[in-house]
Amino acid sequence: MIQGTKSINRRRINDRIMFGLLVLSTVVVMTPLLIIIGYVVINGFNALSIDFFTQELGSPARAMQGRPTGLMHTMLGTIVVDFMALIIAVPIGIGAGIMLSEYPDHKLNPVLRIMNDTLNGMPAILKGMLAFVLVVKPMGTFSGLAGGVALAFVMIPIVARTTESALMAIPWAIREAGLAIGLPRWRVVLSTVMPAAKTGLVTGVLIAFARAAGEAAPLVFTSFGNNYMPRNWTGMIWGPVDTLPQRLYSLAISPYKEWHTMGWAAGIVLLTFVIILFVAARLLTRKKNS
Amino acid sequence: MNFITNIKKNKKEPTEKTSTSAIAGGEGVHPHDVRMETKNLSVMYGKTVGVKNVSLPVYNEKVTAFIGPSGCGKTTFLRALNRMHDLTREAVVTGEVLLDGLDIYAPKVNPVTIRRKIGMVFQKPTPFPTMSIYNNVVAGLKLVGIRDRKLLDEVCEKALQQAALWNEVKDRLNTPGGSLSGGQQQRLSIARALAIEPEVLLMDEPTSSLDPLSSAKIEELIHDLKTKYAIAIVTHNMQQAARVSDYTAFFYVGNLVEFDETKKIFTNPSNEQTENYISGKFG
Ligand SMILES: Nc1ncnc2c1ncn2[C@@H]1O[C@H](COP(=O)(O)OP(=O)(O)OP(=O)(O)O)[C@@H](O)[C@H]1O
Ligand SMILES: [Mg+2]
Repeated sequence: MIQGTKSINRRRINDRIMFGLLVLSTVVVMTPLLIIIGYVVINGFNALSIDFFTQELGSPARAMQGRPTGLMHTMLGTIVVDFMALIIAVPIGIGAGIMLSEYPDHKLNPVLRIMNDTLNGMPAILKGMLAFVLVVKPMGTFSGLAGGVALAFVMIPIVARTTESALMAIPWAIREAGLAIGLPRWRVVLSTVMPAAKTGLVTGVLIAFARAAGEAAPLVFTSFGNNYMPRNWTGMIWGPVDTLPQRLYSLAISPYKEWHTMGWAAGIVLLTFVIILFVAARLLTRKKNS
Repeated sequence: MNFITNIKKNKKEPTEKTSTSAIAGGEGVHPHDVRMETKNLSVMYGKTVGVKNVSLPVYNEKVTAFIGPSGCGKTTFLRALNRMHDLTREAVVTGEVLLDGLDIYAPKVNPVTIRRKIGMVFQKPTPFPTMSIYNNVVAGLKLVGIRDRKLLDEVCEKALQQAALWNEVKDRLNTPGGSLSGGQQQRLSIARALAIEPEVLLMDEPTSSLDPLSSAKIEELIHDLKTKYAIAIVTHNMQQAARVSDYTAFFYVGNLVEFDETKKIFTNPSNEQTENYISGKFG
């Protein structure tokens, strides 16, 4: 009995220590994040005005003379470019993930894996160059489409990997059960495995999307940037277009104090956007685990 | 009944074509037909033997029980009968498996068509977890394009009735299959296999996770189904084998030791190993 009490006490102490360490590491992780968020909000908050959300940027003179100026075209451009990336990357990435997980014996499988790993490890700026060669050159102009393609290169390997692991997490027996009732292999994947892996798939896409949405480097020589709102919205697909991460960068390196403040404000908007995506992904994962 | 002794596995004489083909050859006087038949069927997992050189008939409108100690190859053999090993990379199947005289492993044969005729219930329950109970049952029909709601409703109710699950789930057909208890999931898997109306039904320990009452119902079901199907069932329960089956095959470390009428196996087995196993001396 005495021994029992002793070991229970020891376990309690161990438990406390572990808990303390967990709290500590959480704090260590959270602190920089909170500092960044706080800093961005403090610096940019004053620039968040109605104009900021409803006006285009125009020339630096506008800001310096106190005329209405804002980043509406940047936010719209971000939505257009990011969604193009999403539309391109989701089918390709999920398709690649299915291939990796469900057809491990296919002879193209090793090739696909190497390509995917290469793309994953490639610096973002090179993905921009790839899109430049593939889209900007043939089209003869910078465009939102090229930016979408460049961001798709960021998303595809992430989506492929998360899809692969989400599908692999589904027990093999489910597939056999599908085959045993006379379903073809592709039907089994589509109608039994993928629905079972749904939350994992969506989470993966959201994480990839959030990653891509924060990238500036691939956009520099693809969507290029634009101080003005195109005359109609298709101009955002076929012509140069502004995006938040890249605008943030160019505002920050500009020599104008007013633009610096707007850069911080752009940071607030971008952060909010990315945090919403990550929180959504987090909530979905949590739902799956409960 | 003397052809049965011919079929009995005889290692020295693997050329036993005469036995079963004579039955299938149809002089019309034999009481039952061979629905499936294996010829020198072996399954290897790399260097591990799953089953070796098994030649065995599965008769129409009869129940064949596969018995033997754990790891002797019963599941392996059963899975070979509907090409379930196709997806197991390390498994290599050799020999023949005939369904109505045609080799299901022949190059031109589509495994999907084969599996629609040969239903299977697995050792572990395998509902599609997120799919509703209803959709689980009719998956084999709905997912190949059958949309007739009335037909699906009927099939669903009938299959669940047969699997002795209807009363428990009839009010919650739209809840996910994964929300059922283990034994209910097993009966759901049985219902799902029945819904496609296979001609041959393979069952791998279908009642091992069930309470006595549901087990009895499943045994009853097997008894009813055998008027239409050829049924093969793996079981560790000797009483069950004796109750439900007409023929029994005894496996031991990958080999088919004895195959005969259940009556004979349980009263007067020819092989000493069989006798020891049945009388509980090992396994
Ligand atoms: N996927 C696999 N890879 C390698 N070896 C396997 C595999 N599946 C089965 N085996 C081996 O093949 C042999 C037969 O296994 P099998 O599952 O057919 O036995 P069983 O008779 O069904 O046993 P149980 O009564 O425990 O279900 C065993 O030695 C087992 O370890
Ligand atoms: Mg088994």
